[in-house]
Amino acid sequence: MTPDLSVRIGPLTLKNPVIAASGCFGYGVEYAGMVDLSLLGGVAVKGLFLAPREGHPPERIVETPAGMLNAIGLQGIGVHRFISEKLPELRERRATVIVNICGSTLEEYVELARILSDAEGVAALELNISCPNIKEGGITFGCSLTGTYDVVSAVKKVTSLPVIPKLTPNVTDVASFARAAAEAGADAVSLVNTFLAMAIDVETRRPKLSNIVGGLSGPAIRPIAVRMVYQCRRSVKIPIVGMGGIASARDALEFMIAGADAVQVGTASFVDPFIWTKLIDGIGDYLRRHDVARVRDLTGTIDTAAREKEWISS
Amino acid sequence: MGSVLKPGPEGILTPMPVDVEARVIRNTRLSSDYNVLALAAPDIAAAAAPGQFVMVKPGRGCTPLLRRPFSVFEVLRTNGRADGLTLLSKRVGVTTEMLFEAVEGDVVSCLGPLGRPYTAVDPPVEAWMVAGGVGLAPFAALAELLRARGTSVTLFYGARTSGELFYLDWFRDRGVRLALATEDGSLGDRGRVTLPLERALQRAAAREVMVYACGPEPMLEAVARMAASYRRRSEVSVERVMGCGLGGCYSCVVPVRDGPNGHHYVRSCLGGPVFAGDDIAWDAH
Ligand SMILES: Cc1cc2nc3c(=O)[nH]c(=O)nc-3n(C[C@H](O)[C@H](O)[C@H](O)COP(=O)(O)O)c2cc1C
Repeated sequence: MTPDLSVRIGPLTLKNPVIAASGCFGYGVEYAGMVDLSLLGGVAVKGLFLAPREGHPPERIVETPAGMLNAIGLQGIGVHRFISEKLPELRERRATVIVNICGSTLEEYVELARILSDAEGVAALELNISCPNIKEGGITFGCSLTGTYDVVSAVKKVTSLPVIPKLTPNVTDVASFARAAAEAGADAVSLVNTFLAMAIDVETRRPKLSNIVGGLSGPAIRPIAVRMVYQCRRSVKIPIVGMGGIASARDALEFMIAGADAVQVGTASFVDPFIWTKLIDGIGDYLRRHDVARVRDLTGTIDTAAREKEWISS
Repeated sequence: MGSVLKPGPEGILTPMPVDVEARVIRNTRLSSDYNVLALAAPDIAAAAAPGQFVMVKPGRGCTPLLRRPFSVFEVLRTNGRADGLTLLSKRVGVTTEMLFEAVEGDVVSCLGPLGRPYTAVDPPVEAWMVAGGVGLAPFAALAELLRARGTSVTLFYGARTSGELFYLDWFRDRGVRLALATEDGSLGDRGRVTLPLERALQRAAAREVMVYACGPEPMLEAVARMAASYRRRSEVSVERVMGCGLGGCYSCVVPVRDGPNGHHYVRSCLGGPVFAGDDIAWDAH
């Protein structure tokens, strides 16, 4: 039996649930020589504003226990150069392209959505309303329920592409943000973006990042991210794209069992740029071993029922 | 499977690296902090050009989590065939600590070769390599390549003290001239490596020279400015904190000049680590 790995994210069908996370895979084309982009469920490209951006000065990252902090500051080429310089190659490589968009204002999100809706080869829009590293925009929408609702509904009005707001974990009740997104018509939500954090060099008493604070990612955040996906699953019906510290097929499966329909992988792909086939094959092996025909049947199957039988034969 | 480098869009090199679980052949301690680690990685060794780097991770766990960049120090050959490479490492953090303690038979994950190499020059152009401390790292491989082309090579090499100047006989044996400097004056000039470099530039008259540098960033800046003031070309290898080495994360950027005042950030894993000394906007930060 070959298990069916395809998943649905709203109107979009992905060939498998494994997506490269935004900001961790460049524009995808950087990897085209070493990874067959068409094998991935999707490629979420680096967050784009309308205009090019320089980003923060170095140092931009620092390793922390089982994780890393980043404050890249969304360096990027802007949406127009993305469409003319990167999208054609992504199309040629048959990548399923999810464009991560960032705005300083509501109007910027709307304008980006309009422009990208006219471009050929965009499969979905991920609204980055959760970047903790820049002052203007983004996170101000993601940290307010009305802001989240407003930006999602405004974008939905101008595009027929699937819209996936990306939620920040830097809130008290993430599920209420998933609900606000769903009520505004989001086709799915993705979570989590990074956790606001910092690290200090005690010898010099200087922050280790030029931006002073940055976002924590990697295995260190995985249990918190799994909990947040679980809470969102109990609150909304729309698909969930889960992420945060996934480094193996088991980790991906954990997110799916908690309630994710698909997953994204960022930090772990820095360590192993060839991780993709290992994850996809590992998920397939699991489904075969557990006699599950379709990966989508796994979503939200966490078993929280009280155990009656204590004697489990091994 | 070999590795190839082909020029990609924007003139950057598209890396086609391989990931090798490389066995430690030998670990040679040079001092209480420095070691040279020999790794069995024939595919990377055969494809690597001087100045390129590998992303290295000892162990499989989360400490360290990320790979770290290392220049390819030497390419090891058996009967003329490249079958291994060495890394020059200074113990400063968790990865270099593990590389210092590694023993024969250990396995180190090694991804490469990556990045833009030095541009080799041919006679009559002379090659002047300028190294500060662990910045010696790219110059064994570069010296071998240049000597094989018949290019005259001088190594300007500075460290805190004579006990931290390594491989001197190795370079002498290959016909490389040495100009040394130590901060405590225990060998060569007392002071920085730019002292013998400037003296040589003053005496170079009309000779054509290419200056290659690797070391701490203030040294790179001083060398690039000095080379420019004597109208000589320079190439510097920058060392930046890198997340992936492949262009994915945008963490390893350096400010590259556009126009007289402006600059933009370029990922040193793709656009470097070797840059023309004139291209870097040294006062950007
Ligand atoms: C270096 C870096 C850059 C990132 N840039 C973006 C970005 O541009 N847009 C975005 O939505 N998320 C960005 N993220 C967040 C990731 O997409 C992801 O949500 C987070 O890192 C958690 O996943 P992980 O633990 O697998 O890395 C970035 C993360 C890192 C480490």
